[in-house]
Amino acid sequence: MLSVRGMAVGYRRGEPVLDGVDLDVQPGRTVGLAGPSGCGKSTLARVLALLLAPWQGSVELDGQQVSGSRYAAPVPARTAVGLVFQQPRLAVDPRLPLHQIIAEPLHATGRSRQAPATVAELAERVGLTPELLGRLPHEVSDGQLQRACLARALVLGPRYLLCDEMTAMVDASTTAALVSVVREEADQRGLGVLAISHDEELLGIWADHVVSL
Amino acid sequence: MTGVDAVTGAAPAAARAAAGPGGPAPVLDVQGLSVRFLLGRGGRRGIVAAVTDVGFALRPGRVLVLVGESGCGKSVLASALLGLLPANAQVRGRALLTVPGLPERDLLAAPERELATQVRGRVIGLVPQSAASHLTPVRTAGAQLAEAVRTLRSGAAVNALVTGLAERVSLPIDALQRFPHELSGGMAQRVTVALALAGDPAVVLADEPTIGLDRPLVDRTVDLLARLASDEGRAVLLITHDLRAARRVATDVAVMYASRLVEVGPADAVFSDPRHPYTAGLLGALPSGGFRPVPGHPPELTALPAGCGFRPRCPVFGDGGCSNDPALVRCGDRFVACRRPPC
Repeated sequence: MLSVRGMAVGYRRGEPVLDGVDLDVQPGRTVGLAGPSGCGKSTLARVLALLLAPWQGSVELDGQQVSGSRYAAPVPARTAVGLVFQQPRLAVDPRLPLHQIIAEPLHATGRSRQAPATVAELAERVGLTPELLGRLPHEVSDGQLQRACLARALVLGPRYLLCDEMTAMVDASTTAALVSVVREEADQRGLGVLAISHDEELLGIWADHVVSL
Repeated sequence: MTGVDAVTGAAPAAARAAAGPGGPAPVLDVQGLSVRFLLGRGGRRGIVAAVTDVGFALRPGRVLVLVGESGCGKSVLASALLGLLPANAQVRGRALLTVPGLPERDLLAAPERELATQVRGRVIGLVPQSAASHLTPVRTAGAQLAEAVRTLRSGAAVNALVTGLAERVSLPIDALQRFPHELSGGMAQRVTVALALAGDPAVVLADEPTIGLDRPLVDRTVDLLARLASDEGRAVLLITHDLRAARRVATDVAVMYASRLVEVGPADAVFSDPRHPYTAGLLGALPSGGFRPVPGHPPELTALPAGCGFRPRCPVFGDGGCSNDPALVRCGDRFVACRRPPC
């Protein structure tokens, strides 16, 4: 289980964005997180993804308290949590073709040898053709780039996945495709998912239960 | 609408689609619009077919929503109407602008000077995709509005007009004193709508004005645009990939796929009973419609298949009766680019 208890965090001293937040993400379950813009949904995702150190409370991963955030967090903890951001264009290196974007986490963790096979398998599942994999980000649509970002988030086989407004920039058909890949992972592999969205209709059909901030 | 059929031999079906259902005479009548981008010198590195043979009409008091996946050519269409395409674009077709008090003109043939001094801002207002990148970061919202009013309405009482504009878009007066970065996303988007209205345009083009906004803000923004049509009698073209926003405010809808319109008609009819398999696929991908993605990918605009661009993904192709003809034909209350029975 990925969880925080009594967590407080903010960006400026004395101005907490979140205060006293509890949240559990259980393996194989999908928690929807709803709330209006600016209520701290993405901040909560950053804490759970170990990108932001909480002021109070700590992140617990499968029964173990995680110490540190970003590069100070232990590698096994960091690679256990995947993150998909809202804006795919801001989340990729514009100089890399899609197949390298997807393979980056493998290279960074010394698993380059398994890259070709893993990338090919994941690309097919998220609906990217081999031809699209060779293209640069500016040569594909937002939806196609977000498919690559989802593949990248799944490439290390994380136990938890945080989807921070993953579908806000893409059309209805791509939304349905991306969500069905994530649901498959949850059902078949026991991936625990935090689905952050302002779209309650989408969360209603995607998440097992929905909490509001 | 008379005389439409006599217009372009090149695109009779699209021209007929422009005639559309009845209603007031169109202020903007687009016929057989095609846009090609030449890549490399003289198109040696390929040709992008961004818009192909598109026709529609914008009428006062009505909201036409143009829906389609990202990259299908929707935004290029808006840029073409405003004369904002880059130099490597080739445009064909006609876009007749008929506004009371002004001579009829073809926007696609008008010189840049005429578009700049008589059309953009004055007859056609643009609501852009991203307020953050459209507004000047170093000046307050009020200063930008005042500048637009001074430029577009000579001799007007600037302050009164600016507060009037702010009121019409429900922008609090104190927000006028703020800089764009001090405004929330929804407020900033309202400033851009006010800017689009500064010249009192008869036509409002909104190009993905709600992308990345949350649902209540999307609803507020599109409701505001719909009121420009229903209460103020403007003609509104809303370009979006957000079907739920489209369904909320559209009076008419045009579905675009791979550079062509595939279905055009009254919004109620198209949304409740889609005739083109692509329209049906899009609606079926909504959480409320079954949440099934349309399989496959849209074709590249540099290498469109001959005939119907949707055929490689079409779930009903193979059932027979597919003529692979991408032209729109009348089918009851609408126009559809698919020859399946009963059309």
